[in-house]
Amino acid sequence: MPELMQFILSGVTVGAVYALVALGFTIIYNASDVVNFAQGEFVMLGGMFTVFSFEAGIPLPLAAAIAILATAAIGVALNKLAIEPARGAPVVSLIIITIGASILIRGLTQIAFDKQLHRFPAFSGDTPIQIMGATVLPQSVWVIAGALAVFVGLWLFFTRTLTGRAVLATANNRIAAQLVGINTRYVMTLSFALSAAIGALAGVLVTPITLTGYDIGIALALKGFAAAMLGGMGNPKGALVGGLLLGVIEALTAGYLSSQYKDAAAFVIILAVLFAMPQGLFGRQATDRV
Amino acid sequence: MRLSSKTNTLLALAALIALAPLFFPSSYYFRVGSLIFVNGLAVTGLVVLIGYAGQISLGHAGFVGIGAYACALAPVHLGLNPLVAAGLGAALSGAIAWLVGRPILRLKGYYLAVASLGFGALVSMVLANEAGLTGGPDGMTVPDPGLRALLKSVGIDLSNAAFWYAFSAVVLVIGAWLALNLYHSPTGRALRALHGSEVAARTVGVDVARSKLQAFVISAVYASISGSLLALQNKFITPDVAGYMHSIELVTMTVLGGAGSVIGAISGAVILTTLPQVLTVFQEYEQVMLGLVMMLVMIFMRDGLLPSLSRNIRGRGQ
Repeated sequence: MPELMQFILSGVTVGAVYALVALGFTIIYNASDVVNFAQGEFVMLGGMFTVFSFEAGIPLPLAAAIAILATAAIGVALNKLAIEPARGAPVVSLIIITIGASILIRGLTQIAFDKQLHRFPAFSGDTPIQIMGATVLPQSVWVIAGALAVFVGLWLFFTRTLTGRAVLATANNRIAAQLVGINTRYVMTLSFALSAAIGALAGVLVTPITLTGYDIGIALALKGFAAAMLGGMGNPKGALVGGLLLGVIEALTAGYLSSQYKDAAAFVIILAVLFAMPQGLFGRQATDRV
Repeated sequence: MRLSSKTNTLLALAALIALAPLFFPSSYYFRVGSLIFVNGLAVTGLVVLIGYAGQISLGHAGFVGIGAYACALAPVHLGLNPLVAAGLGAALSGAIAWLVGRPILRLKGYYLAVASLGFGALVSMVLANEAGLTGGPDGMTVPDPGLRALLKSVGIDLSNAAFWYAFSAVVLVIGAWLALNLYHSPTGRALRALHGSEVAARTVGVDVARSKLQAFVISAVYASISGSLLALQNKFITPDVAGYMHSIELVTMTVLGGAGSVIGAISGAVILTTLPQVLTVFQEYEQVMLGLVMMLVMIFMRDGLLPSLSRNIRGRGQ
């Protein structure tokens, strides 16, 4: 039992990060129909900016805030410089543009900083906490709590604020949203900023556990993309469930079957789900427009 | 008499390949050339899938891996000549594509992208983890097929680099010829019809599922043979050939040059194969430049480099 608990807790920690990445995919996808493969780079930037500001002597909370703002600015730049000019391009072109952006960001990070792995101290020490016979790092609690806070915050934003509803309206029908006077360009910019900030926050939360380096973004983007698809693209609830599910499946596979094939298990499950439910777990059924 | 555009294309391609060595200052250029042809072959297969049929695959390096490892494994375990092994790998890739393609190709757009990505990831994981069979991440050696020795015995003595340049060029030209023929065949027309609109294609009687599957199997066989060629000329293979980044590179080459035409896509292979070789001088900036090229071409030349350029030139002529 403690063993199972241990696997589930570590799975939920990793899964929370996947869920945040998947949520970033979801927000941008809803606003612009673009799947942003540079999403993993936002997580990496969040970690890297915090590390280097912290090492420059800035207190950790301030360093984290700077990292999140800087990454949000990069997200906005990505939208303005690459996504907006490519409006209406086919899916394959958009995939290549955002993958190109992720390679570019990786390259610039490597030049601006370095190729080493980095970490900064955990927020509240490294003394493990005992939960039902399993041990958890305090930082894991930060990651899980942070992910939950983001979800609650976003839910309130989308349901309780006018801006949030404008984003939902744009996601639902871009042209109709424009007709009722919503500035859809602003909504897109906001979505990129929000999505980048959430990615960066995930990076800030998880770096004390998993470390950060210029090339950690690819794996995270793939896992987040898979999690978003598993849940059903464009559905925030799907992103949360898909991310957590993916994390737990990986941890259980690594624990009970084979640590080498933990990624394989995740992909096999995703393939199985997509074959049974081609729109993902919570995806809406789309109809073909002729 | 006017030659058809298909013949023109093939003649131009063959002439370029034959004349290029006149300007090669060293055998290193033969090496880059054969690498271009190897990538060009996989990319030609992707033209059938992406350019003709309009389906995306982010897992085609999986088939490249199958083709490459067939050439390494079959000689050791089955005692086959590496060239026969390449054929076996191509057949295996085709069969796997047929099995996997049926469920995968029901998905569309990004869902198809993630499913094919998952397939590619599975293949590269097996290659990296089954160390007892494949040598794991360290890779394994590939035996020589003995073709160069055969040529030497009939009096044609080519250097190693020149031989693989010529051999992969011949395979590429055959591959391009087949793909160009396919374009005008009933199958090719069906593929292009479903690219435009699946619903419309279905109403005029195209078996959409079957056509997509054909394109997927054909492109998998191309990728597999490309992998075999790579393994044979490198004489060594690692699981990286089946990795996600290689899949992305292949799709990028295809779309960068222009997925709608074989020559366009091959020009994409030329650019993305030579760029890293040129950029080793500025090693620090390699990724930055690569990312920029990918983005700029896709933003400003939506149909790919070659179609956009030729339209510009034609536009100015009028």
